Amino acid sequence: MRLYDRAQVIRTKNAGPFTLTIDLVFGDQASMQQVLALDRFTPAQIAALYGVEPSSVRILPFAAIRTIKVTMPRPDASSGAPGDRDVYGCQQHFPLADLDVS
Amino acid sequence: MTAPRMHFVSVCGMLGYGFPQESLRLSVEGPVDFLGADNGSTDPGPYYLGAGTSFLKPTQVRRDLELALLAARSRNVPLVIGSAGGSGAAPHVASFVEVLREIAARRNLHFRLAVIHADIDRQVALDALQRGKITPCGPSGPLTPEKIAACTHLVGQMGTGPLIQALQQGADVVVAGRCCDTAIFAAMPIMRGFDPGLAMHLGKIAECGTLCARPGGANDVLMCELAQDHFVVRPANPQKSCTPDSVAAHSLYEQPDPNCFYEPEGKVDLSACTFEPCGERGVRVAGTRLIPPTRPTIKLEGASLKGYRCVTVAGARDPALIAHLDEWEAAVRKAVADNLVGVLREPNYTLRFLRYGLDGVIGRRAGQTSPQDLPAEVGLVLEAIAPSQELADTVLSLARSTALHQPFTGRKTTAGNLAFPFSPSDLRGGAVYEFTVYHLMETDEPDALFPITLEQV
Repeated sequence: MRLYDRAQVIRTKNAGPFTLTIDLVFGDQASMQQVLALDRFTPAQIAALYGVEPSSVRILPFAAIRTIKVTMPRPDASSGAPGDRDVYGCQQHFPLADLDVS
Repeated sequence: MTAPRMHFVSVCGMLGYGFPQESLRLSVEGPVDFLGADNGSTDPGPYYLGAGTSFLKPTQVRRDLELALLAARSRNVPLVIGSAGGSGAAPHVASFVEVLREIAARRNLHFRLAVIHADIDRQVALDALQRGKITPCGPSGPLTPEKIAACTHLVGQMGTGPLIQALQQGADVVVAGRCCDTAIFAAMPIMRGFDPGLAMHLGKIAECGTLCARPGGANDVLMCELAQDHFVVRPANPQKSCTPDSVAAHSLYEQPDPNCFYEPEGKVDLSACTFEPCGERGVRVAGTRLIPPTRPTIKLEGASLKGYRCVTVAGARDPALIAHLDEWEAAVRKAVADNLVGVLREPNYTLRFLRYGLDGVIGRRAGQTSPQDLPAEVGLVLEAIAPSQELADTVLSLARSTALHQPFTGRKTTAGNLAFPFSPSDLRGGAVYEFTVYHLMETDEPDALFPITLEQV
């Protein structure tokens, strides 16, 4: 199963013009914990998917609402700069959403 | 003596994005201490701060501002607007105040107006930089004197301090330049002695209107009630509800860390927060804490000119072209470069091929290849950026004409490769800016950076 199908909400957005934040909201605690525990769900693996430095990716669970936040520098350019593809950062959930979480 | 409770209204998530009039009417039926609205953001990108124009049109602002102003004046309570004109620099504030004056004159409204300016003196920033008092905010890189000099406007995000001063001086309407979203709503509660942590957290939720409700959307009115040890949020629109999940989820919206966020007043710690249903459609929040900073900081923002843009949109339907887009693009790039010898060379211009349907939204990362199953159609955007509009137009014109007739492996479409939907096919994008300043400046007197002008309208 893909992460896209497991999560209830996958939203991405700028957190300021230089940072991208991805919120993964799950329907239950077990699903969130299962994804957190995956070998494939690490800062290094996510960094490779987005072409950013591994040390710059943070995985931040917020268990109260079954959410995992993933924060990283914007992959292409700062918001709206030459070379950017997504000024608001709203469609950056892939390739992460393709991750096999079965 | 602190009042036990206060009530306020967030008119909508962005003054100009609209809201139902009936929601506003309902929201001010009961007790209300002030109305507030955010009018700005960096979300639409660096162009608006750089160019000194608003991402909102005057007609949008006029509609929302007129309704909000009438509601505030009819109840004789303050109206607080933050980040006026979108980016909150001098030209943005001036254009906003112009709309405000026009409404006041037409509706025969009279009030005490405070305008708070957010433009930062470059010498102040340069001095702070020299003394090592400026650090990047997130991955914005080191600041340099050249970056400070090159940005067209330099603004600071004011905290609650200047807004409190304006309110204490009797302002009925506060128009703040670039402003922390939280400050719009936290200023009056903090002035009246309410818990600053709860006030900041409530401000963070309120600034997006009903984006914290279900169904979501920033374009509706949020009613806020603040007590000594908790706050309650509730949409004015009876068709909408807040839930503990929707409000908690909004607390971490567009923030890098779900457990806290940072404002000039300090670190707002959400780790011990509770979210509970409250009456019909409301949510009660408690447990937020403010941890004051060791040294106050102000966030600086600036954008600088990077060139001028020209784009064209075209469709590719031919399978041979779609299978050989890399080869075709490389040949077009080379032909354009050869043609421009003696005029312009890369990197003084850039040419970009965005391939929607293939890898337009998410670019192809290093080492990745095209997918096995190619789409039947690909939407192409060709973009040229160059030091002047004329040069950008020239680069794009060359690229477009070359792309139309460029041979590639297996070509059958020898009369032309692309479907252009428009004539003229090339669209001028104007000036291109980049955020170059997004940094934190330590300062002993943050409020002194934001002068207040008071007048009777």
